[in-house]
Amino acid sequence: MGLEHHNHDIVIVGGGAAGIRAAIAAIELEPKLDIAIVSKVYPMRSHTVSAEGGMAAVLRDYDSFDSHAYDTIKGSDFLADQDAVEFFVKEAPREAIQLEHWGCPFSRDPDGRISSRAFGGMTVKRTLFATDKIGFHLLHTLFQTSLKYENIRRYDEWFVTSLLVDNGRVDGVTAIEIRTGELVTILGKAVIIATGGCGRIFQFTTNGWIKTGDGMALAYRAGVPLKDMEMVQYHPTLLPNTGILITEAARGEGGHLLNKDGERFLKRYVPGKMELGPRDILSRAEMSEIKAGRGFDGPYGSYVHLDLTHLGEEVIETKLPFVKELADRYVGIDPANEPIPVRPGQHYQMGGVHTDIHGFTGLPGLYAAGEVACVSMNGANRLGSNSLTECLVFGAEAGRAAAQFALKQKSPDFGNPVQGLAMSEETRIFDQLLKHETGERVSTIRTDMQVAMEKHVGIFRDENTLKESCREVGELKQRLRNGIVEDKDHVYNTELVAALELDFMLDVAETIPYSAVARQESRGAHYRTDFTKRDDSRFLKHSMAYLNRGLPRIDYSPVTITRWKPEERVY
Amino acid sequence: MDTATIRVTRYRPEKGPEPFFQEYKVPYRNDMVVLDALNYIKANLDGTLTYRWSCRMGVCGSCGASVDGTPKLTCASFLHEFKGRTITIDPLPNFPVVKDLVVNMEDFMEKLVRIKPWIIREKETPPEQGEYKQSAEELERYQQFSSCINCMLCYSACPIYGLNEKFLGPAATALAYRYIEDSRDQGRNVRFPIVHEMEGVWECTLVGECSVVCPKGVDPMLAIQKTKILGATNAIRSILMPRGGR
Repeated sequence: MGLEHHNHDIVIVGGGAAGIRAAIAAIELEPKLDIAIVSKVYPMRSHTVSAEGGMAAVLRDYDSFDSHAYDTIKGSDFLADQDAVEFFVKEAPREAIQLEHWGCPFSRDPDGRISSRAFGGMTVKRTLFATDKIGFHLLHTLFQTSLKYENIRRYDEWFVTSLLVDNGRVDGVTAIEIRTGELVTILGKAVIIATGGCGRIFQFTTNGWIKTGDGMALAYRAGVPLKDMEMVQYHPTLLPNTGILITEAARGEGGHLLNKDGERFLKRYVPGKMELGPRDILSRAEMSEIKAGRGFDGPYGSYVHLDLTHLGEEVIETKLPFVKELADRYVGIDPANEPIPVRPGQHYQMGGVHTDIHGFTGLPGLYAAGEVACVSMNGANRLGSNSLTECLVFGAEAGRAAAQFALKQKSPDFGNPVQGLAMSEETRIFDQLLKHETGERVSTIRTDMQVAMEKHVGIFRDENTLKESCREVGELKQRLRNGIVEDKDHVYNTELVAALELDFMLDVAETIPYSAVARQESRGAHYRTDFTKRDDSRFLKHSMAYLNRGLPRIDYSPVTITRWKPEERVY
Repeated sequence: MDTATIRVTRYRPEKGPEPFFQEYKVPYRNDMVVLDALNYIKANLDGTLTYRWSCRMGVCGSCGASVDGTPKLTCASFLHEFKGRTITIDPLPNFPVVKDLVVNMEDFMEKLVRIKPWIIREKETPPEQGEYKQSAEELERYQQFSSCINCMLCYSACPIYGLNEKFLGPAATALAYRYIEDSRDQGRNVRFPIVHEMEGVWECTLVGECSVVCPKGVDPMLAIQKTKILGATNAIRSILMPRGGR
């Protein structure tokens, strides 16, 4: 062990929308490139699969790039980089149509063109959809399309444990083949991180079990800053027990949010948009209603109602079949007859690995795209249906940029220090972590982290709770040093993988309260009860968390403003 | 406290060559799915219990297992759906077991590639020229077959696949048919020989268990039947018009 190595031109970590799109873009640029997709799950299990409502792109005459850009920038509370947003909206239609050409079963208008629906914060209908399962269809379409390229090789169920950085550039990764438990080095001239978000840091989240911020931690440990990590999106409509997402499309199609008095309470918070307001404002509105005693009490916390009963069975059947299926299966409700109980919960991480418009992280050879990255086009609040398009636009761009870089590079050597780095990684995992015989279960530490983050880094924040959270995460990191993995097997050791994931999550989690406590203002999803106003004079800038002697050090970088001057964000 | 007993068939190749049974007592709630019980065991009772899962909302396709003898998504099956408070969980039948409930699905991954699950066209149109139009009726012809989440329950339920792993099987045939019926695809003549010549649809005796266990309402048996019919028509046409029609 420790000596086996593989060699590719580009190594892509993550097999969801951004990763696969990057692979195809690279291979289309240069078919001779040898590309590896390394994913801890079979790619079609990636969390892209759970996206429901749609993907935004300007395809119709009534719409314009400027409108999509402005909506996105206003949605971001002016923290998005406007050059990135302009690039994004212009590339979006081509990516959407390319996906359609690859076979995505979009829903259709009577004229045979792709259907679009209304979505939160978007002024016109520009959210393209495939019933309410766009993520599933998009992922399977991309994955199946990728199978026609023989030069895209896959490492399915391989878990990447570290980036190999030598002499100021990335040479590849170390990864565990989960089925055998072997640690192997996968060398690449360029590496693209596309591992998605980190929702599992929180207790109540829409995110799947696999969303553990791996790629954020990989980059952060390699010296790349994590940008705007305080910007955590809470989605307003999750099923109270499970955190299962009820899509925003339910409101796009006309659904109402009601308090226990049967009142459309959003008139007090976002009268100009009501249910089509942006997610940060709606989630806060729900919490305010609940705090004012106008929510319903349930065994899994207080909630409000999402009422679709007036839409009629046909609309629900044809446009929201997955909502119907989920409501029926998980809460025993037919949404045509009864309102669905919902409450806000963690959904998306606006922050992430710092990149430029081309997905470049600043560390030679390292690129990132998708939710793991922060370009930033989402700023302080992402608009619903922009994230899948972001995966395609910036996945493709990162793929092309990495390909151009790789074409000019020589293959890295598997000599020292790379081999030494791989050997010490092997020691860390198999001789240290796996050998602990006594200590605390990793699962206990994980649960305590999720509870702590939920409690102190939630929708409403203040200095005291955030400082408490900084302390708590530090303590959890100490506890993990004495964590035990009961399963000592090499073959398919999911408990070992979970321990390594928790180790990643704690590093990522720590950057959130550190960034949040330093941002003494309220902007987008980051709401401080002790600083309730946006403060452009001090904080119209990105936070940048650097790993410094084991702790985050917060610095800042400017926001790019092109054509839209920051203004008060009123809906 | 109300409890349920979860009886799991375990297999840990590094501990020994034989599978064994293990029983766990978990707290019982009416709104618990089988996966919740497995997660409770893994977090609190036995860190070595091994299974796959992710989305816990019935769409990623990871968490299939045999629950009281029927292939199910464990995230979409409630404890209360099963008789009594002892529930038996086995790995999905018809697959080699890697460890505990984790099965080896490489065979399906290879079959998936073989049916060429991508749009084949004589000539690609650049995206700048706009989308390929498709009517609601054209979409309807293949839509349900595009809903397959690759969860492998149909292969577990299929008696033909159980006897002959060379059989292309339900999900792969449904996906082949999904592309055959897509108005944007022109790869019918490439795909037909694959489905027909490689121990494909003709091996199926239309037992229909695949369609019964599918958690997403896909009807692979219908796809197999339709492929047979289309195949038969194609075969006749190739005899009568070996050079095709103009």
